[in-house]
Amino acid sequence: MMRADVSRAEPKLLLFGAAVLVLVVLALLPLYIGLYQTQLLTYGLIAAIAALGFNLLLGYTGLLSFGHSAFFGIGAYSVAFLLRDAGIHSMELYILIGLPIAALTSALLGYVCVRHTRIFFGILTLALSQVVYSLALKFFWITGGTDGLRVARPTLLAGMFTFTGGGAFQRFIDAYYYYVLAVFAICVAIMWVIVHSPFGKALQAIRDNETRAAFLGLRIRRFRWVAFLISGTFTGLAGILWVPLNGLTTPEVLYWPFSGEIVFMTLLGGFRNFTGPIVGGLLFTYLKTYAVATTEYWQLLLGVVLVLLVMLLPTGIVGAIATAAAKLRRKEKPA
Amino acid sequence: MSILIIQILNSLFYASVLFLIAAGLSLIFGVMRIVNMAHGTFYAVGAFVTAWLVGRAVALGVPTVWTFLLLPVGAGAVALLGVAIEPLLRPFYRRAEEYQLLVTFGLLLILEDVIRLLWGGLPLSADPVMDLLPSVRIGGLIYPGYNLVVIGIGVVAAIGLWAVIYLTKFGVILRATSQDRRMASALGLNVALVYVSAFAIGCFMAGLGGAIIVPTQTAVLGMGIDALILAFVVVVIGGLGSLQGALVGALIVSFVRTAGIQFFPEIELAVLYLIAALVLLVKPTGLFGTA
Repeated sequence: MMRADVSRAEPKLLLFGAAVLVLVVLALLPLYIGLYQTQLLTYGLIAAIAALGFNLLLGYTGLLSFGHSAFFGIGAYSVAFLLRDAGIHSMELYILIGLPIAALTSALLGYVCVRHTRIFFGILTLALSQVVYSLALKFFWITGGTDGLRVARPTLLAGMFTFTGGGAFQRFIDAYYYYVLAVFAICVAIMWVIVHSPFGKALQAIRDNETRAAFLGLRIRRFRWVAFLISGTFTGLAGILWVPLNGLTTPEVLYWPFSGEIVFMTLLGGFRNFTGPIVGGLLFTYLKTYAVATTEYWQLLLGVVLVLLVMLLPTGIVGAIATAAAKLRRKEKPA
Repeated sequence: MSILIIQILNSLFYASVLFLIAAGLSLIFGVMRIVNMAHGTFYAVGAFVTAWLVGRAVALGVPTVWTFLLLPVGAGAVALLGVAIEPLLRPFYRRAEEYQLLVTFGLLLILEDVIRLLWGGLPLSADPVMDLLPSVRIGGLIYPGYNLVVIGIGVVAAIGLWAVIYLTKFGVILRATSQDRRMASALGLNVALVYVSAFAIGCFMAGLGGAIIVPTQTAVLGMGIDALILAFVVVVIGGLGSLQGALVGALIVSFVRTAGIQFFPEIELAVLYLIAALVLLVKPTGLFGTA
């Protein structure tokens, strides 16, 4: 009995240790890398939050959404509206007000979308997200149309940090990196708790066998709806965090190819793993940035990577590493 | 009164092109069970190839009358492209839909950039074809004759496709494969060949849509991405995999869109997407779908 308990507790402890180690490394990194790299890493962490939320639907609930750009964009536009129409400059207020907006939209769209699964779910999310896109595009006197809306640097931690005057950009990036890192850590912790809770297990049961889960008494549609809500809210948070860094939001983040990018990053890391979307989000940000920097035809490069990935590494990078590690362990311990 | 006729003709013109794209998408889904996200880009390729061919022909001094023949050539080029690409999709027929969507999305990214690589970012036009036909007087208004030809091509394509699917032996094979791939294979049909043909026909139709629309406007980057979403709306309304559905869906979308541009331009696109969402909610299989 004792032995069993120890062996069950051990991996969890190990995992916690690894997570802390990664966090420490991420916290120390800005001391060694330049400003540009810090900025890029911030973008990467934000993408990781978006993909993490997205994967609750794809990886854990088995629903492929092609409309997550809507939630990211609504998060971003909420911030832009709060700044322009309410004169709010505080990042905390952006999050506090933006999150319920993202949650509400997710609840609304999710209520409609979870009536379907598989391909119809994908098309429905796509169609509804494009409603949001076309509204942002056409109501240009509100949204700025294709020009988008500019967003100034917000104040952090209830006005304790403001960013004006000389060297403001550098100070902002340095501070904002740690801000995003903290939010990222909280998000990862919350998502970890969610997927390991009875609720998360229920989602996986529904994913693996809908009929059996229904016979166990699970209210499938309700579970999917809540998963959709959480998923959209996480991606919305990513949008909220993204816009002060980018300084501008355009309808492009609402357009459906951006949803494709979120799917891409999740798949790149691996959607059958908890850490997959995090790795994927970070890696995709670097991949895209360097592809754009090196060639005019970066889409071509990304497309080739995507096709090869789906063909050769369907479980993503983390999945492939996990499989390789498992094989190695079996070789060491032939029992 | 004549403005109404013009608007109806505009809708029909638009419906013809949309039908060609959506019917191809629907055919590919019906037979191969793949939702091809790159389908809109095949339409764009058709437009670019045709515009380029027409431009070359005019530069070489070919009489403009002959440039008309370049429209099917452009569509044929897209069909060949489809034949070349189909083997790439083969490993995915038995895999989850998610992977099929992703691989065709990858294909979309690749093809969009290949277009940019080959023809640059500038719009290409094929006006000489459009100018070839005289305008028609309707009431007191002038309507380009070429648009009437496009409507005619749409009608012929619809009838032709229907005839191929419901009257020929190939059509029987196509429908049998779409109903039960394994049974068709067990009965000795060459399923791989049927798949290639279906994909090529689907691509040809998308390419033809691009070829016939390019004389009236220009071929621009991103036109395929916009077209794909509209084609999705059409097949969702009509039903994925249904030919009648594609036709009715194309007509509904076109008329709503024409009315939208006239009366509610701000929410013209939003209304279309909402109609699609509404149909999915009420009748998930679309108006004519069975799958």
